[in-house]
Amino acid sequence: MSASQWGADEMMAVAAARRLTNDSVCFVGIGLPSLAANLARRTHAPRCVLVYESGTIGAKPTKLPLSIGDGELAETADAVVSVPEMFAYWLQSGRIGVGFLGAAQIDARGNLNSTVIGDYATPKVRLPGGGGAPEIATSVAEVFVMLRHSTRAFVERLDFLTSRGDRVRVVVTDLGMLEPRDGELTLTHVHPGVSVDDARAATGWRLAVADDLVVTEPPSAAELDALRSLETRGRE
Amino acid sequence: MPIVALSEAVSELVHDGDVVALEGFTHLIPNAAGHELMRQQVRDLTLVRMTPDVLYDQLIGMGCARKLVFSWGGNPGVGSLHRLRDAVENGWPAPLELEEHSHAGMAAAYAAGAASLPFGVLRGYFGTDLPPHTRVAPVTCPFTGEELAAVPAHRPDVGIVHAQQADREGNVQLWGITGVQKEVVLASRRSLVTVEEVVDELVLRPGGVILPAWVVDAIACVPGGARPSYAHGYYERDNDFYVAWDAISRDRDAFTAWMREHVLEAVPA
Repeated sequence: MSASQWGADEMMAVAAARRLTNDSVCFVGIGLPSLAANLARRTHAPRCVLVYESGTIGAKPTKLPLSIGDGELAETADAVVSVPEMFAYWLQSGRIGVGFLGAAQIDARGNLNSTVIGDYATPKVRLPGGGGAPEIATSVAEVFVMLRHSTRAFVERLDFLTSRGDRVRVVVTDLGMLEPRDGELTLTHVHPGVSVDDARAATGWRLAVADDLVVTEPPSAAELDALRSLETRGRE
Repeated sequence: MPIVALSEAVSELVHDGDVVALEGFTHLIPNAAGHELMRQQVRDLTLVRMTPDVLYDQLIGMGCARKLVFSWGGNPGVGSLHRLRDAVENGWPAPLELEEHSHAGMAAAYAAGAASLPFGVLRGYFGTDLPPHTRVAPVTCPFTGEELAAVPAHRPDVGIVHAQQADREGNVQLWGITGVQKEVVLASRRSLVTVEEVVDELVLRPGGVILPAWVVDAIACVPGGARPSYAHGYYERDNDFYVAWDAISRDRDAFTAWMREHVLEAVPA
């Protein structure tokens, strides 16, 4: 297959899904993370446990939820717990292995901003805020960030540090993947049809490139089929 | 525990300047009760809520709020809250003071309030840019020496939630995603519960949360009172409305006209 046969978001979802295994317990947000985690469940990782912050543990939705509290998540979950229990007993206790996060801005250390663009008191853009992210970022073993690559998002200096980057293990973008090397996010993968220069041009800091940089394996027909059937059901 | 009309419950329990928490984590959001606050033109509220969504966008846009205590202010699955943004970015219709937390911090603060403890404790906040903009302080564990974050307990004047059922004695049951509702009712000085229906007998549900009549100050029977959010076992979330809200709320005049037609001039429950 060639890169024209799938969309950038599809490549992101496939690349992130591949990082999950049957042993993964992951904290999932809405949007691309939910798509990626549900794709993993339908392909190579059917036993992967999906936890949504509304309190649903082991949710097995048949269609993509629009919100983290959709009824189907509760109906299909192994357990439904209160929000204080979710954050105290399950998340902050360190029981969840993988946390997916998005953000408006990321820096080279993996720190994330989802609070404001501009000054806090007089913001240019007031964003929704941290929500569950700050403690997800410091409680899970591995943080997977999903974020479209642009110089607006990949910045030298965050406008606000919402969530710490210490545990970021991979940043999946529409152009490739970044992983920390000696504490600095480094380009380790480019997706098919993307050049290193494309990724550099979309990064607001001097992007380091790994010596062992590889091209991401293209999405397989099976991955795309599973993804598209999920997306179709999500729109019904 | 009296079962009363919603308008009566709101005028009795909620006063200008109160700290009011309307909770419901995507599910069972007490929208009808919030609309009654707007119809009664309650003012200068400190609004507390983990996930201020469409309902708080409306309360803020209608000028009911002075301050917002929250952890995530967005339209779930859709995007920004335009009335919240307009208030924060432009001071319309009035400036809005923010006290911003994380979900874990809000949950800990509610749980502390329910337990009548002065603060909640968690690992968080420090190492981010949030501490200067919120109420948090470091606290040292007397047993291990670990430094933790203390957040002051939430003790709202009024806690408002929506549930599926009450019985005639005023005992309440909610089930499905139950969020932080039990904690809010127990943390608040006064509480109002709207319900889908009043039944002769509550049948215990798996994972159901029971609020005994003696911890609830007023119950109003408001079928559909969570719409456009959902009530597990009764009706589904109106996802199309959340999408449509983006356009309605983007423009001040469109918002005001919509609120007049659908809330202010609507027949109170």
